Amino acid sequence: MAPLDRADVDTDQIIPKQFLKRIERTGYGPFLFFDWRADGKFVLDRPEHAGASVLVTGANFGCGSSREHAPWALRDFGFRAIISPSFADIFLANSYKTGLLAVTLPERQVRHLIDLASEDPTAIVTVDLEKQEVRGEGFSYRFEIDAFARECLLGGLDEIGLVERHEAEITAYEAKRSGWLPAAK
Amino acid sequence: MPSTLAQKLWDAHTVRVAPGEPDLLYVDLHLVHEVTSPQAFEGLRLSGRRVRRPDLSLATMDHNVPTQGGVRAADDSSRRQMELLAENCRREGIPLYQIGSRRQGIVHVIGPELGLTQPGMLIVCGDSHTSTHGAFGALAFGIGTSEVELVLATQCLPQKRLGDLAVTIEGELPLGVTAKDIVLSLIGQTGTSQGQGHLVEYRGSTIRGLSMEGRMTICNMSIEWGAKAGMVAPDETTFAYLKGRPNAPKGAAWEAALDHWRSLSSDADAVFDGEISVDASRLEPHVTWGTNPGQVAPVTGRVPQPRSDTDERALRYMDLRPGTAFADIAVDRVFIGSCTNARIEDLRAAASVIKGKHVHPKVRAMVVPGSTSVKRAAEDEGLDLVFKAAGFEWRNAGCSMCLGMNPDILAPGERCASTSNRNFEGRQGSGGRTHLMSPPMAAAAAVTGHLVDVRELL
Repeated sequence: MAPLDRADVDTDQIIPKQFLKRIERTGYGPFLFFDWRADGKFVLDRPEHAGASVLVTGANFGCGSSREHAPWALRDFGFRAIISPSFADIFLANSYKTGLLAVTLPERQVRHLIDLASEDPTAIVTVDLEKQEVRGEGFSYRFEIDAFARECLLGGLDEIGLVERHEAEITAYEAKRSGWLPAAK
Repeated sequence: MPSTLAQKLWDAHTVRVAPGEPDLLYVDLHLVHEVTSPQAFEGLRLSGRRVRRPDLSLATMDHNVPTQGGVRAADDSSRRQMELLAENCRREGIPLYQIGSRRQGIVHVIGPELGLTQPGMLIVCGDSHTSTHGAFGALAFGIGTSEVELVLATQCLPQKRLGDLAVTIEGELPLGVTAKDIVLSLIGQTGTSQGQGHLVEYRGSTIRGLSMEGRMTICNMSIEWGAKAGMVAPDETTFAYLKGRPNAPKGAAWEAALDHWRSLSSDADAVFDGEISVDASRLEPHVTWGTNPGQVAPVTGRVPQPRSDTDERALRYMDLRPGTAFADIAVDRVFIGSCTNARIEDLRAAASVIKGKHVHPKVRAMVVPGSTSVKRAAEDEGLDLVFKAAGFEWRNAGCSMCLGMNPDILAPGERCASTSNRNFEGRQGSGGRTHLMSPPMAAAAAVTGHLVDVRELL
């Protein structure tokens, strides 16, 4: 578990714009927090946090741009879960689509985890989606998550495929759309 | 049961509602651009899917287009993204306004000006500032690339129901105070995350008195205080803006549409999950001093004392000391542009401040119109001559220095007065420092060479 003790971490910091010119979904890991890592002293570059798969951080994580490149970069870097008191809406949605688990815990519990990760980088923390809890030695924090998002994450479901099952309803809806609605061509 | 405008728009777009699942919503217009779409088209191709409704999709190039020198001035990877968008649109039959086209421009500027953005619609785009379109009484929000792929394939989007917030803005705007100042002051009041999980309706006498351009500026920045979408109930101002636009309904269809549009407002006794009030009559022009849009204050004041680690970090990054008068902060660059403030009214407001004056010798200033149509309209009015005579660079349309994906960027340490929407670290160029403000305020900074209360120049 690696601590990033900052609030309002925006997606421009997570993955700066110059890397949005790539046309792939992978390969963003080396550019994660690019500007903050420039001096080599950034928390994620410290040897004791190498290989961390959980990032614990301040409130309003992922605010700003809708770039899905942000969760792509976090995943590609090796994170599988992010723990924060709150996430920006679009980042949260993007995370689930990307298979990155965003866990919301109360400020007090997040503070404990940030302190724990800073003081004892070897501390093992388990993020258990099935049981909806974050646990470690001497603590267990329950978290809430949207039931549907949980199911999709656990089952690795193809969301497009799920929507396509409702073809009949989609066609029925299309048939009753107002005639004056514009078409782009 | 009484409903809010947002609830009405939501209900009108539900294809399917099932317990324990997100609602399935139908998308009336899907706007597409070169940066957040390549992986979505690739996903379609790999799964053997096609675009379900190319006729309800519209693509343009905006995020990384050069604003001078045409496509040849783009770096290789930007050009590749543009070529790929053109190829994807050709294959799927999606209309595209590419660089050089008469209608190319920032996606959130061209939708409204083509009359494609209409009241009652559900509009999405792989861009967080899609909330702009809410100014027409549409439900409009940004989505990620996986959702872009989903909408391309199905024209639908599963969404969990959100809460409703009302922001009521009353009072007459003082001279020199704009829609941008309203929204900056609002974000200063709410902070950057209070809107999370909510759809916001802006209402009140001040909103009624604003032009469509002003309403778009406010809805545009909804995302900067965390809201999923912002909207304004349509009224005569909306209808007058739309009438005669290329894609607006005509004849009997116009009358039918009007009947429907007039029903799009919150019922008098509708209940919101929260209400926020703003007194516009006491507002002053605002500037940001930090690295998020909530770090903002009236320009008549001083850089505040930090109240958190975030504030301290921001002041260090911005190289500012608490207590410094804003008017003592010199700027190197001025950027008038972006989906927040690069419509014709914004350019008129900026031009009226600089007319007969000259850009300060130490300042490099540029105007990047929001669309090729805005550029043409401005040239028809002679605004380009005003800007050029004052020493501004007059560029082609695009997102440009709002996010610095094209060659228009700040050098490290440069300080910019900008009409855009985000003052995040490095947003306009690595190490660059951004102060957000209205177009007249940015124009005033260009002329004086420092942050300044535009009312001193009026």
